[in-house]
Amino acid sequence: MAGYILRRVLATLPVLAIVAVLVFLMLRLTPSDPAAIIAGDYASPQQIEGIRERLGLNEPILKQFVIWIGGVLRGDFGESFFYKKQVAELIGERLEPTLSLSVVTILLVILVAVPLGIIAAHNHGTWIDRVVMGFSVLGFSIPVFVVGYILIYVFAVTLDWLPVQGYQRISEGVGGWLLRLILPAMTLSVVFIAFIARMTRTSVLEVLNEDYIRTARAKGQTELKVLIRHALANAAVPILTIIGLTVAILIGGVVVTESVYTLPGLGLLTVDAVLARDYPTIQAVILLFSFAYVLINLLVDVAYTFLDPRIRY
Amino acid sequence: MQEVPTGMTEPVLSVRNLTVRLPSGADRENAIEHISFDIGPREIVCIVGESGSGKSVTAQAVMGLLPKRDLVVTAGETLLQGEDTTKAHIHRLRELRGTRMGMIFQEPMTALNPVQRVGQQIAEVLEIHTDLSATEQRQRVLDIMKAVQLPDPELMIDAYPHQLSGGQRQRIMIAAALILDPALLIADEPTTALDVTTQAQILRLIKEMQSRRNTGVMFITHDFGVVSEIADRVVVMQHGRVVEQGTREEVLRRPREAYTKMLVAAVPSLVPPKRVPVEGKLALEAKNLSKIYGRRTFLSRKARIVKAAQDVNFHIRKGETLGIVGESGSGKTTVARCIARLIEPSEGEILIEGANVAHLPERDLRPYRRDIQIVFQDPYRSLNPRRTVGQSIVEGPINFGMPREKAIDKARELMGLVGLSPDALDRYPHQFSGGQRQRICIARALAMGPTLLIADEAVSALDVSVQAQVLELLDNIRKQFDLAVLFITHDLRVAAQICDRIAVMKNGVVVEHGTTVDVFRSPQHEYTKALFDAAPGRDFGAQQSVA
Repeated sequence: MAGYILRRVLATLPVLAIVAVLVFLMLRLTPSDPAAIIAGDYASPQQIEGIRERLGLNEPILKQFVIWIGGVLRGDFGESFFYKKQVAELIGERLEPTLSLSVVTILLVILVAVPLGIIAAHNHGTWIDRVVMGFSVLGFSIPVFVVGYILIYVFAVTLDWLPVQGYQRISEGVGGWLLRLILPAMTLSVVFIAFIARMTRTSVLEVLNEDYIRTARAKGQTELKVLIRHALANAAVPILTIIGLTVAILIGGVVVTESVYTLPGLGLLTVDAVLARDYPTIQAVILLFSFAYVLINLLVDVAYTFLDPRIRY
Repeated sequence: MQEVPTGMTEPVLSVRNLTVRLPSGADRENAIEHISFDIGPREIVCIVGESGSGKSVTAQAVMGLLPKRDLVVTAGETLLQGEDTTKAHIHRLRELRGTRMGMIFQEPMTALNPVQRVGQQIAEVLEIHTDLSATEQRQRVLDIMKAVQLPDPELMIDAYPHQLSGGQRQRIMIAAALILDPALLIADEPTTALDVTTQAQILRLIKEMQSRRNTGVMFITHDFGVVSEIADRVVVMQHGRVVEQGTREEVLRRPREAYTKMLVAAVPSLVPPKRVPVEGKLALEAKNLSKIYGRRTFLSRKARIVKAAQDVNFHIRKGETLGIVGESGSGKTTVARCIARLIEPSEGEILIEGANVAHLPERDLRPYRRDIQIVFQDPYRSLNPRRTVGQSIVEGPINFGMPREKAIDKARELMGLVGLSPDALDRYPHQFSGGQRQRICIARALAMGPTLLIADEAVSALDVSVQAQVLELLDNIRKQFDLAVLFITHDLRVAAQICDRIAVMKNGVVVEHGTTVDVFRSPQHEYTKALFDAAPGRDFGAQQSVA
């Protein structure tokens, strides 16, 4: 097992290297000049040239890459063109809102979607099943930003139960932190609840036809325990796979949600950095996201072994 | 339970006039109709019937396990020690399950929860029905595991199902069903999926446990060998009705009804008929054939090596049937797959008309592909459900360049040959029964014009009466086309009747090889003898012989 994890971690290195090269190249190939953006609308060509010189953008691309990657290998992601701060520091500040939002969202998704799926499977073919699946289709079809604005309109503007936007650090109070996360988390979770509820229903339904479910009933087990202990435990692997994918997609999704709710997280940072052509920041954020993807996949694979004793690496 | 009446007068289970309705649109109105029988304490009653006879529905009705929406009890009662389980409330039913009635199932592979430790699964019964502490539960589980003769209970209690053999899993099931000493044990084909030697052990165990604990047993089976081994009384079912019931002797030796007589007569005898040695041309020869799995690669250093087949030698002549007999894991299917070149053997030669095809690359192998055709075990899964049977049959010949019209004409001709209507070519596999599908599979194989037909457990999934017909069909086409047949089976009765020669395999090695008559009359190898000893109902059917 330990050997397996080590091998998997080593296997991520080439992936990250390829991502690093691609991100670097793609940014340099886009027809846009960070120096011009930094200098502003009224700058003279000389001023822009000075900025280019200062940022090292006049060096050959290969040399720029060597300098950057050399820094990355030492843990130095460089200085942001735009914020005039170390990129590492910048990301550190922005990590908490994004992590908070992702974790709260994924918990919400699991807590709502899995029970919904189980209930639908248990009541397969009845009106309960149809209602759950109907909502699932609905949740699937409405775009994230529409859901976001509807929720803001209902809960923040009309009912005034929740704040419209903003973020409070967890160190300033868990209550306020959570309160401000509810709307964005709900917005983000709708699609995934729809998706995972469907998946859970399908997986559990399949398992409910298995012989060991009949065995459990023949022992006199109650229906709830049959569902949880025997059906869900066996349906868990496909469900977990989807949850793993969800987390990965979620990271991409925060870009939109943080913009809608102006949460000062990595998503918003990415948007700002892209608009400002802030190369070091964009490169660092994308590397971080790729690393997160790889890590999540590894965690899911390791989790399989706990859910199903037949899976051994 | 202690209060169980021990006299034969008061039955443990009394099924009275039981009728269960099928959902509308089924092929008949009721799954079972007016079923009545009794099971006394310490009595084993075998419910015998072919698939669709309603025997499993009867068992599920007693347990209250019928799928609620589809199958409804419309009349009659099932009295478990006087208490009608068909009218019991679900809470009461749950109390009864596990305490007064226990059940074991056919597939020990799938009847246990794969992600839970087996000890936990036995303890679950105690957890539901008793107030025992965790340590007491564990002790009780260890005790019952010893009672069902599982080796090393202390270790095995924490094992997962996939770490146990089929027989061990079935012992776990029996342990879970009997741990609270129920008055009634329902066993639904509990040994059908097991090897003969394991089957013999499990049958002995069930008999021993029930007589020690005064359990009444409802034993569902389709196998008359098993019936003759274990039954006190027999209930024969057909199309949801009880055809005949009586003591074992009455039903097996002096059946009254035509259906029972037919069933009993359809059971192949263990005594092989005399056969004339086949002198035809060699169709295929295998020399020192070996298949080894798990070669070490640079990725995994400690590869486990499994010798699935080792130094297997045999030849088959045209018009001859060679049987390969063995239990699961003996390597018989591996040999069949090597011969058909579905997999490449690790070593050895496969000679077809003098050419060695054992290691030919796919391109050069293609001309030989049509020479060897396979009929597989499960007719429900070996036909593509989305293609008509006609499409399935003509696909091969067309691949080999036969014009479509000609292929279709040939398919029609073959359908007639295997006893089906040529007009059925446009239908889909689900519109046929298991036996009909197996006939289609045979027609599909014949369409290629093979010299060798491999039948891999081709009749094992079929009911005895259907089995007899398909065996007869196989024998007829062998004669008609002068085919060489490689017949892979675990069933000694079938092997005795159809094979000219027999090779007995164990752990990848052929331990005995000879004419069927010689092998059955005087087996030489210890394993062959053990195999014959384990065959259920050895005496049964000895007097009859199917030609």
